[in-house]
Amino acid sequence: MLLSLQAATVRFGGRAVLDAVGLDVAEHEIVCVLGPSGSGKSTLLRAVAGLQPLDCGRVLLDGRDQAAVPVHRREVGLMFQDHQLFPQRDVAGNVGFGLRMHGAGRSERAARVGELLELVGLPGAGPRAVASLSGGEQQRVALARALAPRPRLLMLDEPLGQLDRSLRERLVVELRELFGRLGTTVLAVTHDQGEAFALADRVVVMRDGRIAQSGTPLEVWQRPADAFVARFLGFENVVDAVVDGEAALTPWGKVPVPEGSPQGAHTLLVRPAGVRLVAADEGLRCTVAARTFKGTHVALHLQPRQAPRLEAACALRAAPEVGQEVGVEFDEADVAVLD
Amino acid sequence: MDVTRTEVARRKGRAGSRRGSAARLGLLTVPVAFFAVFFAYPVAAILRRGLEADGAWHLGPLTDVLAEPGIRHVLWFTTWQALASTALTLLVALPAAYVFARLDFPGRHVLRAVVTVPFVLPTVVVGTAFLALVGRGGLLDELWGVRLDTTVWAILLAHVFFNYAVVVRTVGGLWAQLDPRQEEAARMLGASPLAAWRKVTLPALGPAVAAAALMVFLFTFTSFGIVQILGGPTFSTLEVEIYRQTSDLFDLSTAAVLTIVQFLAVGAILVVHAWTVRRRESALRLVDASRTARRPRGAGQWALLAGVLGTVAVLLVLPLAVLVQRSLTAPGFGYYRALTRADGGTFLVAPVDAIGTSLSYAAAATAIAVVIGALAAAALARRDAGRLVRAFDALLMLPLGVSAVTVGFGFLIALDKPPLDLRQSWILVPLAQALVGVPFVVRTMLPVLRAVDARLREAAAVLGASPWRVWREVDLPIVRRALLIAAGFAFAVSLGEFGATVFIARPGNPTLPVAVARLLSRPGDLNYGQAMALSTILMLVCAAALLLLERLRTDRSGEF
Repeated sequence: MLLSLQAATVRFGGRAVLDAVGLDVAEHEIVCVLGPSGSGKSTLLRAVAGLQPLDCGRVLLDGRDQAAVPVHRREVGLMFQDHQLFPQRDVAGNVGFGLRMHGAGRSERAARVGELLELVGLPGAGPRAVASLSGGEQQRVALARALAPRPRLLMLDEPLGQLDRSLRERLVVELRELFGRLGTTVLAVTHDQGEAFALADRVVVMRDGRIAQSGTPLEVWQRPADAFVARFLGFENVVDAVVDGEAALTPWGKVPVPEGSPQGAHTLLVRPAGVRLVAADEGLRCTVAARTFKGTHVALHLQPRQAPRLEAACALRAAPEVGQEVGVEFDEADVAVLD
Repeated sequence: MDVTRTEVARRKGRAGSRRGSAARLGLLTVPVAFFAVFFAYPVAAILRRGLEADGAWHLGPLTDVLAEPGIRHVLWFTTWQALASTALTLLVALPAAYVFARLDFPGRHVLRAVVTVPFVLPTVVVGTAFLALVGRGGLLDELWGVRLDTTVWAILLAHVFFNYAVVVRTVGGLWAQLDPRQEEAARMLGASPLAAWRKVTLPALGPAVAAAALMVFLFTFTSFGIVQILGGPTFSTLEVEIYRQTSDLFDLSTAAVLTIVQFLAVGAILVVHAWTVRRRESALRLVDASRTARRPRGAGQWALLAGVLGTVAVLLVLPLAVLVQRSLTAPGFGYYRALTRADGGTFLVAPVDAIGTSLSYAAAATAIAVVIGALAAAALARRDAGRLVRAFDALLMLPLGVSAVTVGFGFLIALDKPPLDLRQSWILVPLAQALVGVPFVVRTMLPVLRAVDARLREAAAVLGASPWRVWREVDLPIVRRALLIAAGFAFAVSLGEFGATVFIARPGNPTLPVAVARLLSRPGDLNYGQAMALSTILMLVCAAALLLLERLRTDRSGEF
């Protein structure tokens, strides 16, 4: 394993910000830590970088304990959330900083800076002042700066956090491509699931300093570990249920569950696609409380008479108006029994 | 969002810095050693001279001296005139700090330098200039028959004149770098202009205002030259009293006791100051100072600008103009020509040689002060500085608070015999002047160093910079400007230093202020005129140094 955290614990005052976290990152792997703000994900990065000493546990890089290794000798890269470019240096000065710290000569530095600026799509930007860069350009310069000393592990703290949406979506694809091409090992943290799923080979969901779930984006998306993860991923249809055979008893009535689901009391997730609209006199009777246009589909909020609201996804053409009465049935393919 | 983030980062920083403290103590060893040898040792020598007899210490003199009504009167006057001077200075100079920071008008940079000139003038010259303005036969006396030299107002006005620049520089310098958008954000949230200023800008300025007020209070509390000249027999500060006891009455015991009293008072003020300032300092959003100033808008801003310009004209320029005018009253630059002659027995050399002496001493003193001060500031800047380190912060200010006379006299009696016999060495004067200059360097650099975003340092560390390289690569470029300002101040202070230098400057190599004082102490129009002429030269040297500095400042600001 390139990076290994073993029972890593950090306490601020009495509160454990990292609570016995165990995490492995293999070489060339892209791992994305996903969690709400305050879940401890930034502290995780700071602990790996050596900016935050551990109260308990160990950080291993290439199998070696890093406790006695100061920040500047760990050979990891960290891209800060708001980039933290050095304001008094130009772009080349920023990108070449790490190389200079590692004793690279002037010509070697110039060559590598040019190469990196090319790589991040800013060829010839070397003499520009940092203050003259747009947000997206700053992000690219920060990336080039972090990559320049060829760190064993590149860490990204909310790499695209401050950029606008379209730029973010474009950059995340670029990043993934770039890391794949360079074979970079990446540990990123973000609160944006879209970003995490698009970027990562593996997603780690954090909650209150602990790891709630770890898996490929598809695994996490399809089977969130628990109600917290499901809600954090944006799923609304999460209820307590009692599974009995091939159906579960829920406030919405009987909901079919996939074959082989665990039996007994569990949390049940119905993805919006699994909420099918039928005629008003069939199935669960609901009123359309709200509808939101999502581009490819319409998200509906359906209010049953005596049960929590349901979120449904439905084709634009078939979408009912607000206030209309509809019936609801459930599709077992989009139902998951959690924990 | 930003604030909480900074807060979190700060707490994290504090948790994780045991490794740094050894390095920090290393940084501190040089300043500590410097202060031990050149400050603590001479002061101890004075105390021993004053309080020790027959191998035992006696506290009797302390109570005896404090019981004297005359001394009590001096104490009382010292305190209240310092408070009044500080309040008056803030009242007059804070609007000016705003004007110079936020309003853009033609000649702003030159005027900023002009405003600083009074501060770097020797106190003796300030006193004489005000005497020429408001004293007997002075300009006001000639015009309207008004004399203020018998009232405390002459002292207070001279103190405002002298300390105006402290407030404008300390507060205005930071003000110019505060992001105006912070205030705009408050306005958008419904705050009136005044409320926005009070809730956003004032708290950010708080440490700078406190630092400036403290400096002004210390300077006026220990005022020597000004009170000596304008106070007459009626008004006497502790400092003047110490000088009188030492030099006129040769009563070292009483002088030593008064020094202890002053030490205690100043120490108490500094401890309180260190507490309050540390608590309020926070990471500020600093922006390019050249971009925050705007052309004045509206009647209010124009009136403020006019008021500040008027104050500068009457309070700062007029006394200097009178000084220059008096130096020219002899036909054909007679007083200036007289300076080149080494006759009359007052001097072994021509008074004009004092210019070269002063410049070389000041250069040496500046180099010492900047090295010592920068090392100390670097160690003190860390938010996680331990209690010991913070105590040293306060200790650094002591040479400012303790009387310059004490420093000079202490040098004279402590450094004249083995193990440290520097009596014949030219370095003695620069050392004393550097001692007075170091607090300026530290005070100028600390706020800027503390405002450097800790994450910039972290970014450099992650990229492979060792702690020393982090300081050189991240802190230094950002504080380079502060360092220049600090160096300029140290230089100017050294040029104008009088109280200590007068004791230790060798007769053959007087500095400019010492030469002025020597001329002033002689009767006759020629000596008075020569003093005026030499003061004018000193004023011009200081002004030139500061204008040069101002140039550097504007040239470099583009880098930020």
